[in-house]
Amino acid sequence: MNAAGFPLLSLLTFLPLAGAVFILTLRGDEKVLAANARWAALWTSLVVFALSLILWFRFDKADHGFQFVERLDWLTDFGITYHMGVDGISVLFILLSTLLTPICILASWDSVQTRVREYMVAFLVLETMMVGMFAALDFIVFYVFFEGVLIPMFLIIGIWGGKRRVYASFKFFLYTLLGSVLMLLAILLLWYRAGTTDIPELMRHAIPPGLQTWIFLAFFASFAVKVPMWPFHTWLPDAHVEAPTAGSVILAGVLLKMGAYGFLRFSLPMLPHASADFAPFIYVLSIVAIVYTSLVALAQEDMKKLIAYSSVAHMGIVTLGIFTFSVQGLSGALFTMLSHGVVSGALFLCVGVLYDRVHSREIARYGGVAKIMPAYGLVFMLFTMASVALPGLAGFPGELLVIVAAWKVNAWVAFGAALGMILGAAYALYLYKRVAFGRITKDDLRGLLDMSPREHAVFAPLVLLAVWMGVYPQSFLSFFEASVTALVVRHEAALSAARLAGM
Amino acid sequence: MLVGAVFFPLLGATIAGFFGRWIGDRAAQWVTVACMALAAACGMTAFVQVALGHAPATVEILTFLDVGGFEVSWALRYDTLSAVMVGMVTLISTLIHIYSVGYMHHDPTTPRFFAYLSLFTFMMLMLVTADNLVQLFFGWEGVGLASYLLIGYWYEKESACAAAMKAFIVNRVGDLFFMLGLALTFWVFGSVEFNAIFAAVEQHKDATFAGLPAYEVICVLLFLGACGKSAQLGLHTWLPDAMEGPTPVSALIHAATMVTAGVFLVARMSPVFEWAPGALALVTVVGASTALFAATIGCVQNDIKRIIAYSTCSQLGYMFFAAGVGAYQGAIFHLFTHAFFKALLFLGAGSVIHAMSEEQDIRKMGGIWRKIPVTYAVMWIGSLALAGVPYFAGYFSKDFVLEAAYAAHSGVGMYAFVCGLLAAFLTAFYSWRLIILTFHGAPRADAHTMEHVHESPAVMLVPLLVLAVGAVVTGVVFYPYFVGHDWQQFWNGAIVNAPHNHIMHAVHEVPSWVPLAPTVVGLSGIALAYLLYMAMPGVPAKLAATFGGVYRFLLNKWYFDELYDFLFVRPALRLARMLWQTADARIIDGVPNGAAAIASDVAQGAVRLQTGRVANYAFVMIAGLAVFVTLLAFGAAR
Repeated sequence: MNAAGFPLLSLLTFLPLAGAVFILTLRGDEKVLAANARWAALWTSLVVFALSLILWFRFDKADHGFQFVERLDWLTDFGITYHMGVDGISVLFILLSTLLTPICILASWDSVQTRVREYMVAFLVLETMMVGMFAALDFIVFYVFFEGVLIPMFLIIGIWGGKRRVYASFKFFLYTLLGSVLMLLAILLLWYRAGTTDIPELMRHAIPPGLQTWIFLAFFASFAVKVPMWPFHTWLPDAHVEAPTAGSVILAGVLLKMGAYGFLRFSLPMLPHASADFAPFIYVLSIVAIVYTSLVALAQEDMKKLIAYSSVAHMGIVTLGIFTFSVQGLSGALFTMLSHGVVSGALFLCVGVLYDRVHSREIARYGGVAKIMPAYGLVFMLFTMASVALPGLAGFPGELLVIVAAWKVNAWVAFGAALGMILGAAYALYLYKRVAFGRITKDDLRGLLDMSPREHAVFAPLVLLAVWMGVYPQSFLSFFEASVTALVVRHEAALSAARLAGM
Repeated sequence: MLVGAVFFPLLGATIAGFFGRWIGDRAAQWVTVACMALAAACGMTAFVQVALGHAPATVEILTFLDVGGFEVSWALRYDTLSAVMVGMVTLISTLIHIYSVGYMHHDPTTPRFFAYLSLFTFMMLMLVTADNLVQLFFGWEGVGLASYLLIGYWYEKESACAAAMKAFIVNRVGDLFFMLGLALTFWVFGSVEFNAIFAAVEQHKDATFAGLPAYEVICVLLFLGACGKSAQLGLHTWLPDAMEGPTPVSALIHAATMVTAGVFLVARMSPVFEWAPGALALVTVVGASTALFAATIGCVQNDIKRIIAYSTCSQLGYMFFAAGVGAYQGAIFHLFTHAFFKALLFLGAGSVIHAMSEEQDIRKMGGIWRKIPVTYAVMWIGSLALAGVPYFAGYFSKDFVLEAAYAAHSGVGMYAFVCGLLAAFLTAFYSWRLIILTFHGAPRADAHTMEHVHESPAVMLVPLLVLAVGAVVTGVVFYPYFVGHDWQQFWNGAIVNAPHNHIMHAVHEVPSWVPLAPTVVGLSGIALAYLLYMAMPGVPAKLAATFGGVYRFLLNKWYFDELYDFLFVRPALRLARMLWQTADARIIDGVPNGAAAIASDVAQGAVRLQTGRVANYAFVMIAGLAVFVTLLAFGAAR
């Protein structure tokens, strides 16, 4: 059947859902119920994570095709099947999702006190959607999961969020849904032409260049909002600011990757001509994103907003890397996606640590925190440095590869991307300085406790990953290599075939 | 052993940093010192084995990444150049660690300090033993991080935090160019490993990039990177501010090691630089200008550490123009001797500050030389070496550098020679201004401070004495190896002079007045300082008053900070605010918010349409039908 011998991907996808159903059946008085829900959710997500490690060990890195494939007839008359599988591009994102979920549950242990059962259910459903989305090999299945992610996230922001949570959640929902509607139209068009929605088959299906443009634009509408690319990014700061800490972690860690994943999975392989035609346009948007949002981040007064804007800048590196169409660029983009998932997730958790204690996200409210919370100061420093792509930490290899690849395209593009190095350092250090350094002037800060054992447990895996990814990135990059190389080769072949045909 | 030299400091940093709170301050201190001592032992053995024994080696550790032909490994490359650096860095760093045990005695968080110091040393060692540009960049940024942490060590001080940030960000400006240079190197050579690059230099000599010779572009980009780290003109502004850090930090980072990384980079990439004459000319001009520019500022500063900082900046200029005229060996030689006497001067200054109850302003010192005789003596030795007085270390290296500039027989070489001579005069002048104002004359500190003036403890004096020995003998001992008779054997191909570059021979054939000139201007600088500050102490104030404009211009460091603030910092912040509050909040967000508003308006309008009057409905229906039919008719006609 597949390398695992049992339907691993389906298990990973639907086990959290089963856990969610189980939690819904729990009864008892409020306190007991909350405790039970927490433990049940934590154990479910830990089991899922343990199972997903099979992917890490059993994935064949030399094979560029899809592995762990499952196929069930579903709507055969319409050419739609339930088709799951992973390749080098998607496999690590499943691991990222299954890793971040237990961390998020652990991080919300004390900070969420209302409707705990529903909160945990929402997170498990969210995990199902995320894993399913990265594993889906049928466009309709993908679309269901892709859109399904919105629902739990909408609820997480809208119910457990901050003061303006309703505005933020609606903005988030409508913005992303609007793009997706256009994508649905494009999917229908593809289905109409090819008679199937099977992704591997669609990749082999040639689409005339004229039509590619339209489909590309429809995909772009959906993915660019999800990434988010400038100027479709304004939903992100609002959503982040209002979301609870764990919501922000998943939002930054996994949801932002869905757009870039879409570009890699659909736009590039299915629409090579349109992708090549639109590449300069994407470069411009990416560089604007890097420079513009870095500057905007510099002016922020709210910690979460600052990190949210920095995410937009980092995703600019990702989109830039994807559209260089080179092995370095694509690998760099994928690596940045992973590292950003770890690092920005951790940074939001860092904000959460302070927020749980002081209940403020305002930067000016803090100062001198490193003095009373040295362990926290160290962790925060580590992730700040990882975020500014200090070599030896997770952010660097991806940025290096993307800049090297961008130089091949155009030196000025590389220069624009590299400007992010300076501006990124400026806003990140400025944030750190205002929060952690300086003399403590607010009396209530003096009584803060350093990180608790639970918080140590939350950060430990992320710290480990941030260092590991920085010191030995090859262990991650080797997953991408075969698939990315195959993708680039196919892309070039498609372009040169068209050139030979006298275009 | 080769690995130990690099990784012992990391071990020390890890122990002190993570377990410092459990093992206690003293244990943390001595663990790091012990690790450093071990590293120094390894480092010096490596120096003997690799540099003197001519046995270069490379230690492969781990594949860093390998993506589509872009291959990078963690590896330690030991050739003469890196062995010189490793030996020097480990030795000086050990001395500074020991010194810090005394200097940071009263500090409440010493384990953190020692962890940072050792981390810094580790990063510096990774930098100098790098086998490829990416690993070099790792060390490069790593020392940047460590210096950020060390400058901001007293993070409760607002000025220290600001200085730390400034150091990191200004360095990042240089790093941007380094990164771009790295990218172009890869696309030209197909590799970023030094061996592969150097082997392919002949092959790609005619490569172009955007119509320019690719080598020139690579070298200019890398040099701009070096300017950031080595505080050359334009990107120097972080160095004086970095004196906010504890004094041992200034000695370690801002004198002996980190700031020399740029010079090291140019020397390391010498095989490529040799084929980029334009870039070399740029290196020469920038180096020479920095040498003079920083020296002029050094003459009027009043903070004892800042004077030495500007002096460092100026001496780095010497190293760069030596490299620029092709005498990389001379640059490294000066780097090597400078490390000893500049660390000595900084630590000596630290000893003075320690004695004066944390006072750093030389206007508030004076008359203390009898009370701290050892410090006084080593400051003399350091200054003599710095001024290039015969037979001290600086004499050999500085003379060689200036002779090389003269022997280049080129316009830029002559410019460098003139700037270098003038700077030598100023160097001697400000060094003795510092000595006289600090130690001689009537005491200007308050009585309370004066009572407490005391010589430093032995743990601080011993490193000073060792460095003093270095400041005396390193020149005469190592001259034959670095630049003298045995230089070819010694360098063993670690630094490459192209066939057209004869500077290493031409240096020894300059007219006889050239080697004399630096000594003469040096001694006259000392004489002038003696005259102005010892014999006629009223004159400097009058001069300052008479030439008020010039004085203020120099005192304010040529207004570079103000200029940058005006040109970059404030516009960036203004732009940031504008982009956020106008572009983001009004324009971009205005579209969806506006759309939402329109949607609700339309809905309300639609409500109004439902009037219930049949006539209205009928009218709308007919109008719609008319439009529909028209469209249909046109569609059929086509």
